[in-house]
Amino acid sequence: MTEFALILLSAVLVNNYVLTKFLGICPFLGVSGKVETAIGMSFAVMFVMTLASTASWLIQQLILVPLDMVYMQTVFFILIIAGLVQFVEMVMHKTSPVLYQGLGIFLPLITTNCAVLGVAILNVQQDYSFFASVLYGFGAAVGFAIVLVLFSGLRERIEGAPIPEVFKGSPITLITAGMMALAFMGFAGLVKV
Amino acid sequence: MHILLSLSVFSGFALLVGIGLAFASRYFHVEGDPLADKIDALLPQTQCGQCGYPGCRPYANAVAALEVDVNHCVPGGERTMLQIADMMGVEPKAIEAEETAPVVAFIREDECIGCTLCIKACPVDCIIGAPKQYHTIITDHCTGCTLCLEPCPVDCIDMLEVPETLEKWAWPVPGTERAKVGVERKHQHEGIDV
Repeated sequence: MTEFALILLSAVLVNNYVLTKFLGICPFLGVSGKVETAIGMSFAVMFVMTLASTASWLIQQLILVPLDMVYMQTVFFILIIAGLVQFVEMVMHKTSPVLYQGLGIFLPLITTNCAVLGVAILNVQQDYSFFASVLYGFGAAVGFAIVLVLFSGLRERIEGAPIPEVFKGSPITLITAGMMALAFMGFAGLVKV
Repeated sequence: MHILLSLSVFSGFALLVGIGLAFASRYFHVEGDPLADKIDALLPQTQCGQCGYPGCRPYANAVAALEVDVNHCVPGGERTMLQIADMMGVEPKAIEAEETAPVVAFIREDECIGCTLCIKACPVDCIIGAPKQYHTIITDHCTGCTLCLEPCPVDCIDMLEVPETLEKWAWPVPGTERAKVGVERKHQHEGIDV
């Protein structure tokens, strides 16, 4: 039980995908303009990441290792991620058209979100059990979601703040992201690996 | 040999994913544009064409496709505009058309030839009458869209301002001309008192 708690904690805070591993920066900067879309994106990524890590573990253990085809890992994982993203897109178009329009191009771009592929590959590298790998994928997604929502909240406030002209737009966004990464480094001492 | 095996395994897997997606797309098929449906539900359905589109549905489609701003529905007024802007997540914009005094159509019955053309044009079915009979307008339901003026061959339809009677009176919408007039009158009145 402690092991699972540690996996979750480490994936969410200590080894945060966005701010510690610097994966998934594209949606982190692209969809964080508004809290609402950020929340929607978080849920979409959460769904895709958890399923992707589950599916990639299954593929790894049931297909790739028995058939001695581990070198095909990346291609297989990309295929399953692309399929999952397509699926999420269909579901979202049907159930919440406003969110679908709000996310726009960033929804299909989850396919090429390096955080999703990263979670699949790092997951199988760490030789987790099935449950642990599902938890790891979910934890990584929760970490991504927390950071994305916090960051979009910051950006909404910065929008109205008196920022010097030269820092407006992308510069202040990147500076804020850097400061958040510094803050998240504080979690490094939380768990001794 | 091994290469062939891995190729076939990969192709088979890709095929499976493809079949799964094909079924999913059948199951989650979306008829039309769900966003346009939602906008259409917010519009007043007077089909008056004052937005420049031939009806509420085409306007809803255009708004959903981001081709046009949210502020062109005159009968819906500010409330509808705010609802649509809120749903689309865009900034609200003031209605462009001038806020005019509410008008209703009125048929001069002794000139009406009973051609029923205005009845067909009315989007809210508030004109009653039959062929070769006088038509008249149920003023309570008239939205003042002026669509019946065009088809009338004898030009016997007028747009009249709604008279302010005791039965019809309502508080003016804040910020309109009518409200300003009221405030001015109040100030005048107080000025005389002092």
